[in-house]
Amino acid sequence: MKHLLKYLKPYTKESILAPAFKLVEALLDLIVPIVIADIIKNGIKNGDKEYIIARFIFLIVLAVLGLAFSITAQFFAARASVGFAANLRKDLFSHIQKFSYEKLDMIGTETLITRITGDVAQLQNGVNMVLRLLLRSPFIVFGAMIMAFTINVKAALIFVVSIPVLAAVVSAIMWITIPLYKRVQGHLDGVLLTTRENLTGVRVIRAFCKEEEEVKEFDEKNDAYTKMNLFVGRISALLNPATYVLISIATCVLFWQAGDSVYTGSMEQGDLVALYNYMAQMIVELVKLASLIITMNKALACGSRVAAVFAEESGMEYPEAVSAKDVSEESKTETSDSDIAVRFNHVSFSYEGSKEDALSDIDFTVRTGETVGIIGGTGCGKSTLVNLIPRFYDVTGGSIEVFGRDVKDYEKGGLIREIGVVPQKAVLFAGSIRDNLKWGNENAGEEELARALEISQAAEIVEKKEGKLDEIVEQGGKNFSGGQKQRLTIARALVKNPRILILDDSSSALDYATDLKLRRAIQALDGKMTTFIVSQRTSSIQSADLILVLDDGRIVGTGTHDELLKTCDVYREIYDSQMQDGKEESA
Amino acid sequence: MSKKQSPSVIKKLLKFLGRYKALLLVSLLLSVITVVLQLYVPVLFGRCIDYVVEEGNVDFNSLYNTIWWILLFVAIAGVATWIMGLVNNRLTYGIVKSIRASAIRKIQLLPLSYLDRKGVGDIVSRIITDTDQLSDGLLLGFTQLFSGIVTIVVTLVIMLRMNPWITLLVLVLTPLSFFVSKFIATGTYKMFKQQNEIRGEQTSLVEEMVGGARIVHAFGYEERANERFAENNERLRQASEKAVFYSSLTNPSTRAVNSVIYACVALMGAYMILNGKLTVGGLSLLLAYANQYMKPFTDISSVITELQNALSCAGRVFDLLEEENQSADSTEELKNVTGKTQAQGVYFSYVKERPLIEDFNLEIKEGTHVAIVGPTGCGKTTLINLLMRFYDVDAGEILIDQTPIQSVSRRSLRENYGMVLQETWLKNATVRENIAFGMPDATEEAIIKAAKEAHSWSFIKRLPHGLDTVIDDSSLSQGQKQLLCITRVMLILPPMLILDEATSSIDTRTELKIQNAFEKMMDGRTTFIVAHRLSTIRNADIILVMKDGHIIEQGSHSELLSKGGFYSELYRSQFAGVEI
Repeated sequence: MKHLLKYLKPYTKESILAPAFKLVEALLDLIVPIVIADIIKNGIKNGDKEYIIARFIFLIVLAVLGLAFSITAQFFAARASVGFAANLRKDLFSHIQKFSYEKLDMIGTETLITRITGDVAQLQNGVNMVLRLLLRSPFIVFGAMIMAFTINVKAALIFVVSIPVLAAVVSAIMWITIPLYKRVQGHLDGVLLTTRENLTGVRVIRAFCKEEEEVKEFDEKNDAYTKMNLFVGRISALLNPATYVLISIATCVLFWQAGDSVYTGSMEQGDLVALYNYMAQMIVELVKLASLIITMNKALACGSRVAAVFAEESGMEYPEAVSAKDVSEESKTETSDSDIAVRFNHVSFSYEGSKEDALSDIDFTVRTGETVGIIGGTGCGKSTLVNLIPRFYDVTGGSIEVFGRDVKDYEKGGLIREIGVVPQKAVLFAGSIRDNLKWGNENAGEEELARALEISQAAEIVEKKEGKLDEIVEQGGKNFSGGQKQRLTIARALVKNPRILILDDSSSALDYATDLKLRRAIQALDGKMTTFIVSQRTSSIQSADLILVLDDGRIVGTGTHDELLKTCDVYREIYDSQMQDGKEESA
Repeated sequence: MSKKQSPSVIKKLLKFLGRYKALLLVSLLLSVITVVLQLYVPVLFGRCIDYVVEEGNVDFNSLYNTIWWILLFVAIAGVATWIMGLVNNRLTYGIVKSIRASAIRKIQLLPLSYLDRKGVGDIVSRIITDTDQLSDGLLLGFTQLFSGIVTIVVTLVIMLRMNPWITLLVLVLTPLSFFVSKFIATGTYKMFKQQNEIRGEQTSLVEEMVGGARIVHAFGYEERANERFAENNERLRQASEKAVFYSSLTNPSTRAVNSVIYACVALMGAYMILNGKLTVGGLSLLLAYANQYMKPFTDISSVITELQNALSCAGRVFDLLEEENQSADSTEELKNVTGKTQAQGVYFSYVKERPLIEDFNLEIKEGTHVAIVGPTGCGKTTLINLLMRFYDVDAGEILIDQTPIQSVSRRSLRENYGMVLQETWLKNATVRENIAFGMPDATEEAIIKAAKEAHSWSFIKRLPHGLDTVIDDSSLSQGQKQLLCITRVMLILPPMLILDEATSSIDTRTELKIQNAFEKMMDGRTTFIVAHRLSTIRNADIILVMKDGHIIEQGSHSELLSKGGFYSELYRSQFAGVEI
């Protein structure tokens, strides 16, 4: 939490001035009962009309001044809280940008999105309320007590006793209910989940005739939720009557005592009116304070969630680059001699929190310009393997070298510059087609874009669009079909002009003919680009220079298509299972 | 919500209140008691002030007497407030609970056409959010509105009895405060609109850049993403600052207006006292009222906005609850099914204007394996919807063992089908509970046997808690989920099977492995298979080739190929090209 306070620092002045002006306003509020008492004590008693008018004008002045001070306070509070939130959001966003794949898997992107949007907004609200009210309410409560002392010490003692009692009751009730409300939320999530399940699984539920059981399960959750709510409600319903009764008892005691004091002449009627007013002010502020504490609590919860995101390290360490330029040039000269593009040395890898290795003892070497096909069943580790090349994850055993250097020795951003990745799920971003393609290279010219589109077989997509390259892509690429998106994401990677291209099952939505044209076009490139193709189809990798067959995280076969047909059972099985489909046809 | 509809919604709600009607009455009664008492107590305090006039002039008797009365009233008001709180809780949570309970029962009875059309998100928000709004806004709002009106009336009566002129003054000046807050609200509306627009942009940007963080990372786009965010964030900061500041003017401004009213009451009251028309205690009471007088008004105005919202929420909830159920179920049971299936002149469409299945006829013997193929949207899944009676046919009949399926209960019909769908739905429960979904009392051995046959055992045993691992959305791959769905059916083995792209997420080699299990499962059972893989299709006894809702070809694989029709064309476009 402390970590977040630093975002208020640029607004130190505002954060001090806002409550300060609020305090002045509160002070003015505290003067009002005294003025009324004066009107009664002096004006009315002596029949002094001028005095009454003068006091009336004073009350109006107080109102105007109060307005001015309070507006000033609101202004500073708004500036500080909004500024705080904006700076926090900016840093949070760029912090998240640094997260490694592993971190993203662990935390989940959905969660991160709500942190940036929802939680920071709640925090802003919390800071705003705290600046405006946190000091004001206690100030009025204690101010009322001090004012009471100036009027009558004996009466003031009633304030001294009742304030801690009231505070204790209010905090006890909140102390008990706030954690309980969290549990209520948990129960509500249960109800929500079951409702959702009933709808998403309606076909299965009906097919298995499980309607009654599902209703029963829902009823249980619904019951538990209602019971919890009623239980918490019973306690929190105490807050209002308890404070009301307590403050009324205190007022009664005040009046009881006032009878004696006035009779003996140690207090005047006007003073009693003032004290009575202070009691009323106090209770109003206590109620405000209670609701402020609830807001604060929410904000604190959001704050600790945000702080938890900040506490996450990016998850990957990079060597310090002496100067980014030097290193990249150095790496270029160094690597140009190297004929070996990628080497896996007995690599093993397991995902965070998983017992099983996702990959074990992966060992192979790829020369520059070669095409590598990777094939295997669902969940065999194909995608995991290629994700290790650009160091999206760190290996748990062994090492990986790219162009002769350990991937861990590349400075931040150095390795990724050399590699074009086309992920399994084709994601495009809102903007124009051109914007999307330029992700690969901000400075890419028309020709480069055209060439990339040509190779990825995406030129025809752009051709058909009215706006050509400037055609708008909606968020998530909703206005493009799966196959179109795949081809455009391939183009995006090619714009980068990478030395290594990774196609992670990225032609699955293309028909065979287009897939083939795509592979031919890639093969026809100048021969320097090393290509990895992950696929489930043997046809997509048949002509690769090297095929790796994965099964259950291990390499069970390496070689060319023809070699593997002879030597690798798994490969042959995969091939047969697919070729059954085609053979008769070609025969 | 139009005005015409709102009374009917309230009428419906009243009907729903049922046994809660008494509670609502109790709540209203209690609110009258508390409001009257809480407003009467200041009157008594005012009298007390008048009993303690000055040195040597204190009416102790009346003072002490009144204080005891005050304590009694306060105690009653306190208890009444608390009980009212409890009653209101019981009322709102009770109503929410029973509405939700009816809603979930309703879901089981609604035709799938409604559920498919509305979508999950819509219905969930009706059952969860709208129901909450309904109870909070409509019921609590109603009681608040009621007590607000009582407060205003009682306050006015007491003030009028105390001093009509000062009352008039307050009545004339209070609208000022409304004008001020209204004025500010209109001014801030535009700023909030602007703020929300920029915030909307920011949310989409965050969704893209964080949701697509992997790609951002893969393209080294972080810096550019940061720049774009910073630019938008700065605009948001400027817009928010204005919106937050101007909207926070309402409170100080109305308070200032109130202070002015307060001062006027003090001035006028003092003059009245001098003229002997008011006592000091009376003035103190009027001042206290002047201070609180605005509160019920602001309460009521916020309640009314909320009421409008709550009414439309209630409308949505009742729309769901009143939606027409699926056609009544027969009590006849479908027994001893062999699997002979016929369709006679079946017509069906989702939307009246767009006929889908027209004059569909089919006759298959028991134990036949029927593959259904065709391009996307040709009606393959629709056929399954009709066979399972997820949807009812518009005309014609589907018969199983010569019995029209409309004439038997849906339950007995569906019990005879084992179904595996392309979309893999699993409960948020343990693996065991999911496999035993159709047979909760299955033994451990039976479960494991089914899992082994479906080739899901190898990954189940590697899960952290084996069969007792709780499944959530992300813990299994699509293929693993599909294997579990197959296991689920493997356990119960009903006389007929429906497999809708049952292996679409499983790789070809595993599919080949479970092929044996599938064949065993399908052996002697009438099976409908929607498939995209040729190997599955080719082994079928009959292939139905569908296009635009019609069966355009029918026959075995080789028959259809040699015929050279739509099937062979389809076949070529999907499966050929390997050797190009």
